[in-house]
Amino acid sequence: MSMTLLKTGALRSALRASAPTASKRAALTLTTTRGKATLPDLPYDYAALEPTINGKIMELHHSKHHQTYVTSYNTASDKMQEALHNGDVQTQIATLPLLNFHGGGHTNHSLFWENLAPKNQGGGEPPSGALAKSIDDHFGSLEKMKEKFNTALAGIQGSGWAWLVQDSQTGALQIKTYANQDPVVGQFHPVLGIDAWEHAYYLQYENRKAEYFKNIWEVINWKAADKRFT
Amino acid sequence: MAFTLPELPYSYDALEPHFDQETMEIHHSRHHQTYVNSLNAALEGSELSGLAVDEVITKLDQVPAEKRTAVRNHGGGHSNHSFFWKNLKIGTTLSGDLKAAIEKDFGSFETFQQQFEKAATTVFGSGWAWLVKKDAALKIVTTHNQDSPLMGEAVAGTSGFPIIGLDVWEHAYYLKYRNKRPDYIKAYWEVVNWDEASRRYKQSS
Repeated sequence: MSMTLLKTGALRSALRASAPTASKRAALTLTTTRGKATLPDLPYDYAALEPTINGKIMELHHSKHHQTYVTSYNTASDKMQEALHNGDVQTQIATLPLLNFHGGGHTNHSLFWENLAPKNQGGGEPPSGALAKSIDDHFGSLEKMKEKFNTALAGIQGSGWAWLVQDSQTGALQIKTYANQDPVVGQFHPVLGIDAWEHAYYLQYENRKAEYFKNIWEVINWKAADKRFT
Repeated sequence: MAFTLPELPYSYDALEPHFDQETMEIHHSRHHQTYVNSLNAALEGSELSGLAVDEVITKLDQVPAEKRTAVRNHGGGHSNHSFFWKNLKIGTTLSGDLKAAIEKDFGSFETFQQQFEKAATTVFGSGWAWLVKKDAALKIVTTHNQDSPLMGEAVAGTSGFPIIGLDVWEHAYYLKYRNKRPDYIKAYWEVVNWDEASRRYKQSS
């Protein structure tokens, strides 16, 4: 009976959510080598987003924080595979939060680097085409969407992310916040995300997070968001 | 009667080199101040604003629903940080009844330290690690965001009277320790105020 339970339900969707996905839209494919998650290269130098986000933050954020999520996800993944192999349900369940946290951290940051760009690579240039129209339809204008997004960011207590997401069933756009490293899964898929963890801005902005939220739009890569929108 | 930012019992550089001056200054004068300001705003006109903050956070069910989250977050922040500043001092030694109780409930001080470090390291995101007195025993618990064990099980997922506590929000350590939270946690042992902890332990009996 326990093996039947494992074939359905929370365990599989949790594993599916944190595993690399192949999908018809230009969704994220997490970088792997021989089945292990790896840290993706940044498409730009650490200092390329200055003065909006300084090079020291980018270096720590990518080479330390994101790397730790990758390493810890691999450890949790190994633990889960062993527990599945042994039919050890208690360990499987105990490992789920680790997969969610570290797999979520790996997913979120991989998406984040893609949806940032230096100004000379299109950072800050407004969206076009279908996504731009959908933003106008749902929020009234790009500026109104940004205001709502920044309000959501400011409202996050502790650590988390705000995302522009698309409802996979209706195609509608929405702004949602997620705690800690909870990934965008299930009914919604991610279009654009902004990291509101203190490590994302503290060395430069200290506690002035509203300033970080206002400035980061200068380096948002709308081209990446366009590709995620269906 | 508004809540106010308590003064630190020491200067911003008093905990150097373990807790750096810049962090202490920003942590106290900006982060904690913001919790105080926001709590006053959330409780404006409420009778709860006449109570001590440690009491307010045990009475969240009496706060109107639309204000409850704000009072939980900012009241928790004000309570936790007021406790934290007193919980820090260089050069104290664990002794007496508290030492005996830690050895009794954890086997040894080293075991207690290891367990506390593990708890503090593995908090996902923002939160606190605590040594609390609960049902006549000492326990290590953690809380999320600005929750306090004083808020009780239903709100904070845990309960107990705090004896020592460590802020593991990134703002508490990032300027000096960057992503290396374990190094910050190790440094905590150099600044934890065992005199205050012993006083609180006696108070809780």
